[in-house]
Amino acid sequence: MPSMTEAVPLSWVLLLAGALFCIGLFGALSRRNTVGILLGIELMLNAVNINLVAFWRYLEPNVVAGQTFALFVVTVAAAEAAVGLAMIIAIYRSRQTVNADEVDSLRG
Amino acid sequence: MNTFITILFVVFAVYILVAAIMTVTVKNIVHAALWLISSFFTVGALYLLMEAEFIGVAQVLIYVGAVSILILFAIMLTRDLEGTQNRQMTPRWWIALIVPAALFGLLITPTVLTYQWQLPPPAPAGQSTPIAGAAQIGTAFVREYLLPFQVASVLLTVALIGAVVIAFEERERRRYVPTLAEKVRQQQRVRRPDPAASAMQSSETAGSET
Repeated sequence: MPSMTEAVPLSWVLLLAGALFCIGLFGALSRRNTVGILLGIELMLNAVNINLVAFWRYLEPNVVAGQTFALFVVTVAAAEAAVGLAMIIAIYRSRQTVNADEVDSLRG
Repeated sequence: MNTFITILFVVFAVYILVAAIMTVTVKNIVHAALWLISSFFTVGALYLLMEAEFIGVAQVLIYVGAVSILILFAIMLTRDLEGTQNRQMTPRWWIALIVPAALFGLLITPTVLTYQWQLPPPAPAGQSTPIAGAAQIGTAFVREYLLPFQVASVLLTVALIGAVVIAFEERERRRYVPTLAEKVRQQQRVRRPDPAASAMQSSETAGSET
């Protein structure tokens, strides 16, 4: 039975997840649109999940802890997306903008 | 067969990275969300390749099915006309580029490439390594991970109620928010006022003044 552990080294998967995380970080830092910032955060959470599943598959394939942790990350990401998007809608209602640079009432 | 898996992984990895780069660079935010959805889908395929079938299905159900719809609805409700024409990046986006590039080039790559992982020995020929599947995950969720499972459900309830409370607007404080089509019509009217509409408008304003 061929499996991915023989065909692809673990470091390739980790590099893919690292690159995905860095792209997401760039998106979260550089976008002006708040929805765009949330898209970058979702990319970063996906990269973390790839890492978790890869470690589970390559290091401890017969223990469920890796997959369970990945599922909890998915749950928290869904909750974060729901609350974050609700906040964006509330901000848009009161200020008529989704631009993160213009929402600066907490700036010192 | 191993070569096939390697090729499949490389194709998935390249597509995930290209879709992610398009997500953070493309100008139209709706296109960015669609690129993100395709990236989610390919990550789900990568989970299937890693034999994590339950997480692969959960990825498609939760991310491709639910989170993406939520994002598209949020974009639809907060669409502003100027947003599509202005630049989407912060003025100092190159600083935002330096930080992740340095993180990847100086920290992640050297660490990953130099560390020796304690990989378990490959299974003897003819046998396959035991892999925890969906049945084991289900058993674990009602035995040793029962408390985290309950906490996660409480978290989802709190997030649901919180999202409703944050986005809720009381009827007395509600004011008229024009739709996108009405905004377009308004802008066109301001840009090139045709005589009939301006005459109607002036009569309207005159009527309201008197």
